[in-house]
Amino acid sequence: MANTSKETMILARGLRKTYGEFVAVDGIDFEVKRGEAFGLLGPNGAGKSTTMKMIAATSQRTGGELSILGKDPELKGPEIRAHLGVVPQQDNLDRELKVWENLMVYGRYFGLSRKFLKGKIEELLEFAQLTEKRNAKSEELSGGMKRRLTIARGLVNEPEILMLDEPTTGLDPQARHILWDRLFRLKEQGVTLVITTHYMDEAEQLCDRLIVMDKGRIMAEGSPAELIKKYSSKEVLEVRFGSDNNKAVAEQINGIGDRLEVLPDRILVYSDNGEKALEQITKLGLHAITSLVRRSSLEDVFLRLTGRTLID
Amino acid sequence: MGETKVQEQLGAADVRTWIGAATLVDPAVPMRRGSLMIAETRIRGMLKWWRSVLAFGLGNPVLYLMSVGIGIGSLVNKHMGANGLDHVPYLTFLAPALLVTAAIQGAMDEVTFPTLQGFNWDRSFYSMNATAISPRQIVNGVMLAALARCIVQVALYEAALIAFGAISISSVPALTIGAIFAGFSFASVMFALSARIKDDDGVFAIVGRFIITPMFMFSGTYYPLASLPIYLQWIGWISPVWHATQIGRALSYGMPISPEMFLLHIGFLSVLAVVGMSLTYPPFKKRLAN
Repeated sequence: MANTSKETMILARGLRKTYGEFVAVDGIDFEVKRGEAFGLLGPNGAGKSTTMKMIAATSQRTGGELSILGKDPELKGPEIRAHLGVVPQQDNLDRELKVWENLMVYGRYFGLSRKFLKGKIEELLEFAQLTEKRNAKSEELSGGMKRRLTIARGLVNEPEILMLDEPTTGLDPQARHILWDRLFRLKEQGVTLVITTHYMDEAEQLCDRLIVMDKGRIMAEGSPAELIKKYSSKEVLEVRFGSDNNKAVAEQINGIGDRLEVLPDRILVYSDNGEKALEQITKLGLHAITSLVRRSSLEDVFLRLTGRTLID
Repeated sequence: MGETKVQEQLGAADVRTWIGAATLVDPAVPMRRGSLMIAETRIRGMLKWWRSVLAFGLGNPVLYLMSVGIGIGSLVNKHMGANGLDHVPYLTFLAPALLVTAAIQGAMDEVTFPTLQGFNWDRSFYSMNATAISPRQIVNGVMLAALARCIVQVALYEAALIAFGAISISSVPALTIGAIFAGFSFASVMFALSARIKDDDGVFAIVGRFIITPMFMFSGTYYPLASLPIYLQWIGWISPVWHATQIGRALSYGMPISPEMFLLHIGFLSVLAVVGMSLTYPPFKKRLAN
């Protein structure tokens, strides 16, 4: 793609969505530029999927401003949707149709010619590593294959923005890595990606920039590295003293490292030098059942911001 | 570095040519023809079951015509002689009603279960709506495909009726129109109902037993509605089967009917169709937005 200038693809200002009394999205602001991989990170119920549906121009906002590809989704829904690719959280392939037919009918919904689609389908089957399965019914595919087909289907119109709602939830590690590879290739080609996830490793792998959401609000915004730098230490020491002892031990080691987080099963010690923190603990005569030093992740950022873990 | 080299490095699995939706997709096309595109998908789905459609479409009338038409018909014809029902052979009297029922069944099958499928089973309506296609176009497309199935079902039935000598070829167009009209108006009501079902809790089995079957039995199908006691005749009056059958009888063998009654039959079916479709659009729009 030639155009990689900083054109605004999505602009939200005070975006709000309520269902009766329930506030799903509570006045959020963000902007996505062309070619960016933008992430919405947060636990279930944070308002990520609702935000995605509003960007996808299928669910109308209750308040605020929203512009997708320079258009208002309330007024230009079909025009906007014609230029988007959507990969929903739940696969919604036509189960009666074969793999290639799913791509064909979907391409037809964009008014694409059969001749164009014939070539495009081959390309997408190859991309999704489903060439061998072209004649299988979609209901016969494994979870990972279905997901790849759904992503391939979302690319049939060569979208300006590809939206992926929890793209790898429910997949085994190998299937996740294949998917990440495919998505990374798209990103390299300059396709704008909007991804929701509650996996911090996924967000770190794929997103240039992300917002951390909780209870319909944005808690923080930045690149994964920026967020980690701002809200966490370089390293994290995880120590376990047994579920019954963690709380008592935490009081004794208070002051070691920059900050402590006590979880039901372990204590997290935030420090720029995890090994040194462990030494200090050992010097107090406390011996952890297990200990682990790792680098800080977005999970730690989330914990810091909300006091909760991502996956409850 | 040459282009070939770049492509080699990227690997065969990459999307090689990328025109981009802004150039590639003209939203005006799906916005204009979206209903036809949905109908195409539905018909593709139906073709997976073409053997069942064909077997059911032909088997049902053949069995019916042999047992009821010929069996009971010979009895009716023997007892009533030349003054048989409406002065025509019993099979000729029965044919429009059978066609109407076949049309209703065919159209209904294609709006009820596909709606459950689209919203609940494979959620394919949501994927349609993620494109430029609107909820209204999805409704229209599903109905168009249901009418296509309805036409096939009616044509098969007519072939059987012609083979049994129950109808003349010249009456086919009139009978077809009456039957399709009935299929459309009843299916639109069923469509409105299906669009509101969140779980398949056997509601269609209930509809089949307590609405379709009585409607078929008490709608002047086997005998004129006037032969029923007055307290049962109301079933015919609210039944699309009776109204459409009367249209079919008038058009196919010239059953005597006043212009007012003829218009009333057409009016009833039209109102049913308009009400049914109008009640189908809102739940589609609402559910697809959530």
